[in-house]
Amino acid sequence: MATLLLDNVSRWFGNVVAVNNVTMTIGPGITGLLGPNGAGKSTLIHMMGGFLAPSAGTVTLDGEVVWRNEGIYRRIGLVPEREAMYDVVTGWEFVLANARLHRLADPEAAARRAIETVQMTDAQGRDITTYSKGMKQRIKMATALVHDPPVLLLDEPFNGMDPRQRLHLMELLRAMGDEGRTVLFSSHILEEVEQIAGSIQVMISGRHAASGGFREIRRLMTERPHQYTIRSDNDRALASVIIAEESASGVQLVAAHDTESALGRGAASVGRRDGSSALHVQATDYASFVHLLPQLASRHNIRLFEVSPADESLESVFSYLVQR
Amino acid sequence: MNAVVAQLTARSLLGRRRAYLLLAMAVVLLLLAATIRGLAGQDPDITVGVLGGFALATLIPLLGLIAGTGAIGPEIDDGSIVYLLAKPLSRHTIATTKATVAIAVATVFGAVPVFLAGLILSGTGDRLAVGYAVGALIAGIGYATLFLLLAVVTRHGVVIGLLYALVWETLVGSYVPGAQTLSIQQWALAITEKVVGGRAEELGVTSAVGLTTGVVLLLIVIIGSTWYAGWRLRSLRLTSDE
Repeated sequence: MATLLLDNVSRWFGNVVAVNNVTMTIGPGITGLLGPNGAGKSTLIHMMGGFLAPSAGTVTLDGEVVWRNEGIYRRIGLVPEREAMYDVVTGWEFVLANARLHRLADPEAAARRAIETVQMTDAQGRDITTYSKGMKQRIKMATALVHDPPVLLLDEPFNGMDPRQRLHLMELLRAMGDEGRTVLFSSHILEEVEQIAGSIQVMISGRHAASGGFREIRRLMTERPHQYTIRSDNDRALASVIIAEESASGVQLVAAHDTESALGRGAASVGRRDGSSALHVQATDYASFVHLLPQLASRHNIRLFEVSPADESLESVFSYLVQR
Repeated sequence: MNAVVAQLTARSLLGRRRAYLLLAMAVVLLLLAATIRGLAGQDPDITVGVLGGFALATLIPLLGLIAGTGAIGPEIDDGSIVYLLAKPLSRHTIATTKATVAIAVATVFGAVPVFLAGLILSGTGDRLAVGYAVGALIAGIGYATLFLLLAVVTRHGVVIGLLYALVWETLVGSYVPGAQTLSIQQWALAITEKVVGGRAEELGVTSAVGLTTGVVLLLIVIIGSTWYAGWRLRSLRLTSDE
């Protein structure tokens, strides 16, 4: 059992603040470090792994300072984001070399066990250069696991993986978490994080924006007002029935020329008798709204041409969290 | 010293046909020596010209540059050094081991061929072969450790190393005698001068610095570079894509 503690940690590079006064505790189980690109996730992981000095604050593992403390690597396994390895060797040789660098009592057995854990035994004799992206990721995992560390740090481990490899790695991480290890991985994809992480730490623009279980984070993200752009054959009638429902808090009829510029459709947009061409709807309860909309339309004989969420990008979801 | 670090370093220094490249430099020197001996016979002046003007002035600095920066630079560039750093290993052990491997490479591909070339050119006469071999060995150690430090400190280690060896030591040194005081080549030459002994001055084996100065400065560079490289490895910043 091991706990990483970040106490008022900041890191700046010249004038740029990459991590701004972050305090978090990462305990056993899987923690997902979630945030858009450039949020400071890598900087944070580098500080947790002892590869970057905090400009202010401290990072400790069970009370022991991580920075400039080589001994800490007996208890930390690090899976770097970059793919480069000493690629003039085979997977087996590389994992074995890592075991020897840890001065383990029985490096062969440790390497064999780590390679078995990541299911690379069949390919262990091949040159690393011949490995696929997923295989490289697994060998990287094996090097991090070879000394059986209580803490595992992974920087964007799912990047560039195909769905099958992703699933496999998720299983692996889940097993690590179940064994009571402290597993932390970074990602910019909510779906990845919520599938396996028991706890989620959200980073936005260098700040610690939210933390909690995936249900709380998911709720924070889905309960925010959702914007929809809707096109139908009778926008005005549709507007009146939507606003009568509780799940919507606002409806706006958009005139044809506004929509053209707003949607970038140019001349293709068709103006109608009522002079409008689209509706902007603000939905408060997104789940029931998407359920209700088709029922309303069919009940009032309105044909829906298009329903599109206006701001589902991750950045907008995150920026909502920051504004709270 | 750490055997695994040494092994990984040696593999990346000599792997992928790089060993042949280094060997080619040595072979060029030996062929040159054999050709000159065949055409001009045994001539101490020519020996001094080849070993001092070509081997010690160009070949050894280049070898030191390749071995010193190659022992750690590529790993820092591609980030794979993280596998060494994320281990309970003293950073000084890593630096010392890598420096040792670089020195071994500079010796095998530099000092040994220089000795052989000296034997081919003038046998054991005037102790030129031994003198230049010792000089090449010492210079190789100096260049390898200094350039290893350069590779740790800056991403432009190779360029700066080249500028130092070719522009500072050779070009500036030939116009501004004072610049030769800060020249690994001249320090090593001072030792060669001492080994060659009596006829050194007559043959033109003369260094711009005295023996004591040369030895002291060499020790400072060799020990200082290796120690400081280890120190800098403790806070090596790994670039990320962010």
